[in-house]
Amino acid sequence: MTIKYTPDHEWVQIDADGTATVGITVHAQDALGDVVFVDLPEVGKTYAAKEVAGVVESVKAAADVYAPVSGEIVEVNEALRDDPSLANTDPLKAGWFFKVKLSNPSETDGLMDSTAYDELVKNS
Amino acid sequence: MSADNTAALLQTPLHALHIELGAKMVPFAGYDMPVQYPTGVMTEHRHTRTAAGLFDVSHMGQVLLVGDDAAAALETLVPVDILGLELFKQRYALFTDESGGILDDLMVARRTDGLFVVVNAGCRDQDIAHMRKHLGSRCEVRPLPEQALLALQGPQAVTALSRLNADVAKLVFMTGGFFELDGIPTFVTRSGYTGEDGYEISVAADRSVELARKLLAQPEVKPIGLGARDSLRLEAGLCLYGHDIDTTTTPVEASLTWAIQKVRRAGGERAGGYPGATVIDRQLSEGTTRKRVGLVGSERMPVREGAKLINEAGEEIGVVTSGTLGPTVNKPVALAYVAKPYAALGTPLFAVVRDKRTPMTVASTPFTPNGYFRG
Repeated sequence: MTIKYTPDHEWVQIDADGTATVGITVHAQDALGDVVFVDLPEVGKTYAAKEVAGVVESVKAAADVYAPVSGEIVEVNEALRDDPSLANTDPLKAGWFFKVKLSNPSETDGLMDSTAYDELVKNS
Repeated sequence: MSADNTAALLQTPLHALHIELGAKMVPFAGYDMPVQYPTGVMTEHRHTRTAAGLFDVSHMGQVLLVGDDAAAALETLVPVDILGLELFKQRYALFTDESGGILDDLMVARRTDGLFVVVNAGCRDQDIAHMRKHLGSRCEVRPLPEQALLALQGPQAVTALSRLNADVAKLVFMTGGFFELDGIPTFVTRSGYTGEDGYEISVAADRSVELARKLLAQPEVKPIGLGARDSLRLEAGLCLYGHDIDTTTTPVEASLTWAIQKVRRAGGERAGGYPGATVIDRQLSEGTTRKRVGLVGSERMPVREGAKLINEAGEEIGVVTSGTLGPTVNKPVALAYVAKPYAALGTPLFAVVRDKRTPMTVASTPFTPNGYFRG
């Protein structure tokens, strides 16, 4: 299990079975503020990397959620749909957004590791 | 944002206090302002609805119009009864342009030393120039940049402020007076921008931090940022200049006709005599083709500024000018302009959000009951 990051402030947990779990980072939820709504992708739908797959909205703003890697959506977090504040209270675990079956696992090589991501946040 | 832009932002006298309180600062109307404190917009919003919130609104423009002719002069710029405004009473007003559009909205209070005017931060320089140009020969237009402005809002604002001076409890909604708050000279009005009972307090900049600390020391009071200020005013159905009203909207289209007293309407004793009076009087008698309304959504998805409104047939019938998920009503609420046939309360329509329809209904505002103290 490896966790990687995107410049759009999403985390991607890559599992041995070839699926990736996607959520927003602590920095992202902090910048957004209180999350009040999430729009999650449909299970079964296929996205190319960097395509908009969902939306996360706080009281003050809406932000797109991108598919960090190409593949088919295999599961979405229904608990997050019911309680969007999970994206604030537990962004890295209970506040995950969706799981995607990687169609091109080598794409994950292009994502950032935690050191690179921390550096990005520090300089943003 | 580049460091250069940050450096160019103005600061209110409470800037260092905001930083000390852990505020997240954002640029707003040329100022570096607190958008929220560590607890976040939702908590701040709810705290203001249930207890008392302290807002720094020192970025707003405070101006005194001095001279016996000031009220009559100001009536040449607003469709509002200013001459009839009694001492220590306050009134909402609008600067209009020649086509009846709204240049800014403002609050006017009559004080012993003149008419005390509060205008929006983003319009301040333009408003002062406008008043100097048109009123300058009849009264003194005196900006008050040395004054800070605090708002203390919420059902427990009266409890908290009364500890600093018990007499403020006697004020009713839209009245004011000079009060010493624990020794600090201020001008206080019982008004605000949240729909709650509360006060706005004009205080010398060099005493403002001291006053803010006295207020924050009260158990009911927490600091509230601009994020919650926006969601609070939206639930209260109050317009935000530059969004819900601007030069392309008239007071009639904006459903602000309550601000135009009879005496300033056609047939009234001091009818017209302000910019755009012909247009506004005609609209008052004949109506307009569109109208500002409140909307409530039935799905939880926020509907924001710019969202198109359509009818069942998919025809475009209006646009949202501000909207969010109302933290108190726990539903999407919005202010919008719709074509007249769709303006009646209860009319169903759809907002288009990310190419999807979400159902909304025309609803009365405020979306939450007002807490104004009318005595």
